[in-house]
Amino acid sequence: MSVFVIAYYSLLLIGSSLAAYFNKRSIFILLFSLTMVSFVLGIIGGSGALVMVATFAGLLALAGMVSYSFREALIMMAGPELAKELRTAPLTAAFGMFVIFTYAITGIFAPWIAPYGEAEVISNAFEPANADMLLGADQLGRDMFSRLVYGTRNSVGLALTATVLAFVLGAGAGMLAATKGGWFDQFMGRFADVIMSIPSLIFALLMLSIFGSSMPVIIVAVAIIYAPRVFRLTRAVAGNVVVMDYIEAAKLRGEGTGYLIRREILPNSMAPLVAEFGLEFCFVFLLVAGLSFLGLGIQPPTADWGSMVRENATLISFGDITPLIPAAAIALLTVAVNFVVDWMLFRSSGLKEQ
Amino acid sequence: MGDILKLVGQRLGLGLVILLVISIIIFFMVELLPGDIAQAVLGQGATEENLTALRKEMGLDKPAPVRYLQWLSGAVFLDFGNSIVTGEQVSSVIGQRFMNTLFLAAYAAVISVPVAISLGILVALLRNSIFDRVANVLTLTSISSPEFFLGYILILYFAVKWNMFPAIASLSKDMSFGELLNRTFLPALTLVLVVVAHMMRMTRAAIINLLASPYIEMARLKGVPPLKVIVRHALPNAWAPIINVVALNLAYLITGVVLVEVVFVYPGIGQVLVDAVSKRDFPVVQACCLIFAATFILLNLAADVGAILTNPRLRHPK
Repeated sequence: MSVFVIAYYSLLLIGSSLAAYFNKRSIFILLFSLTMVSFVLGIIGGSGALVMVATFAGLLALAGMVSYSFREALIMMAGPELAKELRTAPLTAAFGMFVIFTYAITGIFAPWIAPYGEAEVISNAFEPANADMLLGADQLGRDMFSRLVYGTRNSVGLALTATVLAFVLGAGAGMLAATKGGWFDQFMGRFADVIMSIPSLIFALLMLSIFGSSMPVIIVAVAIIYAPRVFRLTRAVAGNVVVMDYIEAAKLRGEGTGYLIRREILPNSMAPLVAEFGLEFCFVFLLVAGLSFLGLGIQPPTADWGSMVRENATLISFGDITPLIPAAAIALLTVAVNFVVDWMLFRSSGLKEQ
Repeated sequence: MGDILKLVGQRLGLGLVILLVISIIIFFMVELLPGDIAQAVLGQGATEENLTALRKEMGLDKPAPVRYLQWLSGAVFLDFGNSIVTGEQVSSVIGQRFMNTLFLAAYAAVISVPVAISLGILVALLRNSIFDRVANVLTLTSISSPEFFLGYILILYFAVKWNMFPAIASLSKDMSFGELLNRTFLPALTLVLVVVAHMMRMTRAAIINLLASPYIEMARLKGVPPLKVIVRHALPNAWAPIINVVALNLAYLITGVVLVEVVFVYPGIGQVLVDAVSKRDFPVVQACCLIFAATFILLNLAADVGAILTNPRLRHPK
């Protein structure tokens, strides 16, 4: 029984008694179940396991507090309409927004944040972390932290560009197909079917093997692969809008297809499209990360998370977790976007389960 | 019975047509290459004689449609020509490795399907409880993580720190079945983690969708206990969506397998594909892509057919 164990349990017990006294039922259940889990794990794994549980719970609590304050800050800054919406956001969504915000800042201000350049060799290969290098050096002696910061810009930027292109192509074609109908609609639908029946990673590999892997090729390839998914959704959503009376009225007024799409259909199918954008971004981001992990994405020396994992993977067999940090960065952003999308879907579709 | 056969036949025909279109895409995309394959293989410095010789050897002097038909008729009998880099027969390179990949996917499927479906039903039963929320966050995290992240975490803990399973899945012919299962456990577990999360969420959504229907409400108002409502009333109708979910996720395994094989250096077809792409070995790339696409389509077809067989309403389309 060390001081840590005694302090840990007494804190938990005091916390749960306080919660019980003030009738905060959910907090009490949370704290009490944490105590119970700690008992079991402490008996099995000793105080080492307890430290792990405590760190994990502490991190979770920290994330919760950060998201809570971030949501409050957003509510303060936003106008009354938006603030009302934001108040309904669950903590997970607030956490997602916070992470996205942090990534955006890191990506935009990368050269000011990173202490060294992304391709700058400053020490020996695999040098451990010291005061100069927060995370140590990579396989060529470049600063891992700087590369991580630049990677935000490169990896996320690439995925974002590809998603936007896929969206412009897919949504444009979808709305055109919905308004035009007829053979164009049929043809585009069948075309989308064919592309979607090739697994995305395989199709990407095929295109990269033929056109070589450079930034524009990756962007176009990924956009071609994901545009049909956007097309399907847009076609379905816009199909419901096109049959409305106000579209009929606009047509009778003599408006052209361009006006119909821009001013009538697009605003009325915005909500599901925004949520879809988040989802597609996750898929695209994971695909691009997978490609660069396979050594076929952004080419060196440009810093990129997927290839950073691959290049430093040997460190894992020595029990070092540095190569996992870029992979965790990928996972964290995808999780964050998913959290926000989950909330938006719930809000826009009225997906209220009984 | 006749109308079912007809419907299934229609689906199979549609699948064949799609496969044919995909084979055309796969073949003719290589034709889009600036210059031609011979130029790409030998590089810019190649002499004219070398180019002509290689073109002759690969049959590039014939027009593209003729070569496509030759390639396709070969592919039907699993003859995909020779590799550009090593000169070996593509089918002999791929054959054994394809079986390895199928083994890995089957291993993952056998573990994940029962686990995912029972967990999915459990979560649907306990919906909106703390347990459901936690499961939601966990599955979302698992789906959002790239496969290599999960794979390396498993290597770090199970292989390096706790020394329980080997980190590299090297296979040899004279291994016992238990040894084989042990060696391939970590790659299979990586796939299981991703697929279980997907399957659980889809099963949950399917069941909850069903639970909103009036006849379930009726059963509940009659006073039927919750577990019985699920097992006797909801589940028979839930089979169709669940079969769909399983088949779709098995199709998902096909892509996941490529990254996992590279992480664990597993001798499967995904590894071959990645190597061939970086060496620009087109016959191998084409063959692997065709095999992956065919498997993908087959599983999607299975999902369709399964849905038709278990849901009588689909048998009489309006």
